[in-house]
Amino acid sequence: MNSIIFRTVSRLLMGLMLLFSLFLLWRGHNEPGGGFIGGLVAAAGLVVYGLADGPKSMRLILRADPGAIALTGLLIAVIAGLMPVVGGSDFLTGLWLFIGATPTDKGLALGTPLLFDIGVYLAVVGGVVGMVIAIEESL
Amino acid sequence: MSNHSPRAGFLVGLLCAVALSAWFIAQVGAVSAGNATVFIVDWVPRLGIELAFRLDGLSMLFCLLISIIGVLVMLYTSGYFRTHRDQGRLQWLLFAFMLAMLGLVTADNILLLFVFWELTTITSFLLVGFDHENRKARRAALQALLITGGGGLVLLVGLLMAADIAGTYRVSELVASGDVLRSHDSYELVLALILVGAFTKSAQFPFHFWLPNAMAAPSPVSAYLHSATMVKAGIYLLARFQPALGGTEVWFYTLSIFGAITAVWASLMALRQTDLKLMLAWTTVMALGTLTLFLGSDVRIAALAAMTFLLVHAFYKCALFLVIGNVDYSTGTREIDRLGGLMRVLPITALIAIAAGFSMAGFPPFLGFIGKELKYEGALAIAGEPYLIAAAALAANAMMVAVALAIVIRVFLKGKTQTDREKIREVPWSMWVGPLLLAAAGLFTGIFPDMLAKSIIQPALSEVLLRETTVKLSLWHGINVPLALSVVTVAIGTVLFLKSALVRARLNQWLSVWPITGDRTYQASLVNTERLAQRVTDRIQSGSLSQYLTIIFTVFVVSVAAVWVTHRVPMNFSELTDVPPLALLICVLMVGATIVVAVSPSRLLSICALGIVGSGVAILFLIFGAIDVAITQLMVETLFVVLIAAVMLKLPKFPGQEHPGAVGGVRDASIAIGCGVVVGAITIAVGLSPLDLSITEFYEAASLPQAYGANIVNVILVDFRALDTLGEVAVVAIAALAVIALVTVRPQRRSS
Repeated sequence: MNSIIFRTVSRLLMGLMLLFSLFLLWRGHNEPGGGFIGGLVAAAGLVVYGLADGPKSMRLILRADPGAIALTGLLIAVIAGLMPVVGGSDFLTGLWLFIGATPTDKGLALGTPLLFDIGVYLAVVGGVVGMVIAIEESL
Repeated sequence: MSNHSPRAGFLVGLLCAVALSAWFIAQVGAVSAGNATVFIVDWVPRLGIELAFRLDGLSMLFCLLISIIGVLVMLYTSGYFRTHRDQGRLQWLLFAFMLAMLGLVTADNILLLFVFWELTTITSFLLVGFDHENRKARRAALQALLITGGGGLVLLVGLLMAADIAGTYRVSELVASGDVLRSHDSYELVLALILVGAFTKSAQFPFHFWLPNAMAAPSPVSAYLHSATMVKAGIYLLARFQPALGGTEVWFYTLSIFGAITAVWASLMALRQTDLKLMLAWTTVMALGTLTLFLGSDVRIAALAAMTFLLVHAFYKCALFLVIGNVDYSTGTREIDRLGGLMRVLPITALIAIAAGFSMAGFPPFLGFIGKELKYEGALAIAGEPYLIAAAALAANAMMVAVALAIVIRVFLKGKTQTDREKIREVPWSMWVGPLLLAAAGLFTGIFPDMLAKSIIQPALSEVLLRETTVKLSLWHGINVPLALSVVTVAIGTVLFLKSALVRARLNQWLSVWPITGDRTYQASLVNTERLAQRVTDRIQSGSLSQYLTIIFTVFVVSVAAVWVTHRVPMNFSELTDVPPLALLICVLMVGATIVVAVSPSRLLSICALGIVGSGVAILFLIFGAIDVAITQLMVETLFVVLIAAVMLKLPKFPGQEHPGAVGGVRDASIAIGCGVVVGAITIAVGLSPLDLSITEFYEAASLPQAYGANIVNVILVDFRALDTLGEVAVVAIAALAVIALVTVRPQRRSS
């Protein structure tokens, strides 16, 4: 699509959507959001950019192969599940770290579920974008 | 399995086999004193599956045969295939087969027994098909796999039913609960299923034909699998389960009749062969038939005859297969008419052939003689049909004498070989030491049968009869009926041998008009199965997407509607709550968009309208408070529209499918409306049914304190049900890779 307006807007839109997707990913544990939704939003942003600029430029800004991104996400999710196994717990048990916790406040809570969600995010982004790129390239 | 280091495969396999043999020999003392060695480890405890092994008298008999003959055969193979590039593969396979076989005869759990049963089938498939560039070998391997593997599946059902009736998965406990099994209503069915398993494996009529075909295997493989071990697995099963299932009329008549038919038919077929190896294969079928015949009765002497003959047969048949291997190796042929007088060029092999052949013919003082006497004694002691069984045994034995004489006299003593005699050399030591030991064992145990009787046969027999018993074997029984029958046997056998050319011609004459054989039936059923599959595939897989969708959605509508009508799902619309006005508005919008999708002549317009429908669903989710689901729906819808638009706008027009005409239109519309009605009805019915909130309440209560998250949806996804999510993510990744592969790799159009 050779529309300069669409191309300009699509870049802006993609940036916003990527930021928003990270926001969704981060806050997902306590408010609407999460890795799956975040991944879909990011993929939608990238796909809009790809519509304007073509699949080739989509590959360029991704830098990595989308299939590899998806598999990396899967690997991260598995690693997040295996970490508690090292400590003797069951596969996929949540391990938590509370940074700066006080008796009344949990502080900054980081845990393997977040890592797992990042894996989900990457798998969805890689999977969806990979399919779209492959189909657009073959047309 | 390396092709580069045949030595490694050979040495590792051989050393392990020697160690195993030594261990089994060391256990003989304890086992023959009545103490079974038991080894149990949990495998899948919740399903009652355990790695339970039990080495008792019967297992011991088989284990000794399997491990010691295994050592000899591996040694033989190292000579036979000295220069073959795949010797390493064959040695590893032989070793793997040996382990599977040992597992089979020691397994004390029926599922474990089944696993090893099928492992022997698979390894034997690879062994028979060792010469995989030969079409005949491949066919024989596949045939053996299909028949014995299929029989294994039938056996599994039988074993599971038996276990269900007896309430135990332990073989030893199952065997001890014979009264429960025999008095149960489905006893006949269980028996039939288990017998199919045993009969396929041990090549009983009508499944016997795979064994002669499996002679496409190399000689050492045939010697190991088709004389002493694999084909005896069915016999092992019969002997093992005789206390549980035997002792009834059904058992007796089934085994006696099938065993007798197999034995007599196979001996006739053996007489007609000119290929020495095929001749031996048919005599193996005959031996298996005889064993089945004698296991039919629960008379002690008949079971003793079976156990003794099992050993006799293993000794001489394995030795003879290896002898034939030597003949083939030295002269390049196995055709009896082209061979003769090999005594002078192959003296050691000839000596082995004479010893093993005489044991096979049942001449004293070989163990074969004792075996034959016992057979006659056993046959006459069977209460049911002593004369029929004695007659069958007599016919089969007489023909064995003829075959044994043919091998010994025709091939080694008389006449001249038609191949180049100057080039024939005696085989290397590794190829005669094994058969020599086996043949010597047949002679030694014939002269001194006591040790064998006490330490090996007696414990095995006690397991078959499930009671303590004492076994005494001796060469000389005095002048009695069995001895008289032996004399008759030798006389008939000699006549058959002298007239063998005539006998062969007659047999061929009869068989040329014989209408039906197992092999042809097998071939026909294989071809017909393929043809049927082809026809079904042609009908269903037409390649038209719209046809696939028509089938899928029609089935969906019809099946759900059928359940709906037959089960009379109650629907009380008065219980429906009011719909908020905004939701109603969205619904009207969606209905309008749907109509546009269906009637619009433009693809782009249809796609956009479809997007409106999807977004409407997302807004509905939003109205009812499911924010996460709403966002997901909206994103998926967006991506879907983009993808569909990209694809649909590039696709060419499909004449006749986009505008299907009046009849097609009505058809498509009715399927679509049917789907809508059915899905709508389901949705309403689910909404009306009482909702169990206990799961929701659990998550609401546990989410924050246990998983430190306030968004229940996300907490469920990444913590409580994270395993499901992991599975779904894996599906996303794999599906993406599959799509990428599908659209980027373009197959070349086939020329047809």
